Amino acid sequence: MKILVVDDEPDVRALFEQRFRREIRSGALAFSFAYSGEEALDYLHGHHSEVVLILSDINMPGMSGLELLRRVRIEPTPPPPPRVMMITAYGDSESRAQAMSLGADDFLTKPVDFAALKEKLLALPSA
Amino acid sequence: MDENNFLVEIPFGILIIWLLRRFLATPTRLPQLDKRLAKLWVPGAVVWGTVLLFGTQLKLNGDLLDNAYLLLVLAAVLWVAWQLRAYVPARTVGLAVAPYALCVLAQLGLQLGGKKLLAAYDDSTDLAYSLSFFWAVALLAMARNQKNRLAADAQRRAEELAQQQLIEAQNAELERIVVERTAALSQQTEELREALTELKLTQAQLIQAEKMASLGELTAGIAHEIQNPLNFVNNFSEVSSELVTELTQERCRPARDPGLEADLLVDLKQNLQKITQHGQRAASIVRGMLEHSRASTGERQPTDINALADEYLRLAYHGLRAKDKSFNATLKTDFASGLPLVEGVGQDLGRVLLNLFTNAFYAVQQRQKKGGESGYAPTVSVRTEQVGDEVVVRVQDNGTGIPAAVQQKIFQPFFTTKPTGEGTGLGLSLAHDIITKGHGGTLTVISAEGAGTTFTVCLPLATS
Repeated sequence: MKILVVDDEPDVRALFEQRFRREIRSGALAFSFAYSGEEALDYLHGHHSEVVLILSDINMPGMSGLELLRRVRIEPTPPPPPRVMMITAYGDSESRAQAMSLGADDFLTKPVDFAALKEKLLALPSA
Repeated sequence: MDENNFLVEIPFGILIIWLLRRFLATPTRLPQLDKRLAKLWVPGAVVWGTVLLFGTQLKLNGDLLDNAYLLLVLAAVLWVAWQLRAYVPARTVGLAVAPYALCVLAQLGLQLGGKKLLAAYDDSTDLAYSLSFFWAVALLAMARNQKNRLAADAQRRAEELAQQQLIEAQNAELERIVVERTAALSQQTEELREALTELKLTQAQLIQAEKMASLGELTAGIAHEIQNPLNFVNNFSEVSSELVTELTQERCRPARDPGLEADLLVDLKQNLQKITQHGQRAASIVRGMLEHSRASTGERQPTDINALADEYLRLAYHGLRAKDKSFNATLKTDFASGLPLVEGVGQDLGRVLLNLFTNAFYAVQQRQKKGGESGYAPTVSVRTEQVGDEVVVRVQDNGTGIPAAVQQKIFQPFFTTKPTGEGTGLGLSLAHDIITKGHGGTLTVISAEGAGTTFTVCLPLATS
């Protein structure tokens, strides 16, 4: 299952790769990384229907995670549409409601509980 | 002497007394003696009346009595002159009448002796009388002049005295007014000094308040900025602990995979580096925050403008984003590599940059809020470069822009376009002071309404 992680912090990559090293090694999960909303969109254009899940930070310079979510939802993509989970340091209900109304499937707050995230990811139907 | 003289000489004597009293002002100068002088007319009048009425019957020698009375009068004049000898006109009067008195005395002596001078001497007697008479007239005139002169002198002295007293009174009055004014002025000075002290205190408080306000704006940004590295520290420690467990397990296995073990060790080392790195990042943010809240020491140190700009750009951005969750902006940085360090007060320069960034983000946020512009991408960029012997920092935004009328006032204290309570109006004013007065640089603005604003800070490398 291909997961695209979008975050402006470069160290997120090292963190995910280590946190999910067993799943990556076993091939259960595959991660790609983008450091901005724009980069994520580019990647999605180049890898249609590969990405099953997008894990995106909301607060990023330039295109925000919410904007990315909006664009992903309005752009015609071959089915099935990717699931989108939003991650933010500001876990207020307003952001959550906004993310949900834009079509997010889940809403996580930083610091990310990797154990919980792992369970959620492995529980996904296509995993 | 015939009897016709007689009618004249006694009134003459009385006249002399009257004139004497008047001329020498005896009522005031010699009040005791004057009382007697005032009565001197009585014997004269008695003799005169007796002789006139009964002279022939009583066979009185009118001439003798006449001279005796005149001598008495002249003696009184001399006595008065002697008594008043300190008074120059009185002395002159004495000298004036003395010869005449001698003549009268001599004649009286002859009369009493019953001797008649030889007719040959009559002429000389008349001459003596005439001479003594003119002498008397001349000296009396002189005495009168002396008296007038003395009176004039006295009057002049009195006038001078009065003048002097007037001047003294005026001086005293002036002195009093001066003292009064001085007191009023020193009171005013004291009041002004107090007001100035109060103003300075208020100014210091305002500056501190503005600092704290900007710190308040930063708090959320700082919390976010610290939370991020802390998350990494926690995550990398946890994951490292997992890696150690895995490594331990790997080593216990009969068929060890050296490649995997090496990978794990590389990861571990890398994680520890990341923990250190993120820990330092958090520490530097805390340090920055403390520096910002601390009163400026004003000490100049070589300052890395690029690092300062980068740090405060992030703080300002996260500060605003913490308040407005939906806000997003593109940050563009173009830091000149090898930019020389600037001799400056890092804390103060940081405040200036923070202020410029906060304003820039505020401007793009306002433009975004207005809406109606599709494809509007809020952008704040910072660029550093060395131009000649100056370091130039440009903070540019594509926000609302500043109307030309307002541009004139933005560096004035207390001028703000923000709603009440949102801005102190001191930010740019303080920034301007810090750059121009504190560092000998310049802070300028170029803005187009609806297009954006660029603030340019020029800092001389070597400040003299």
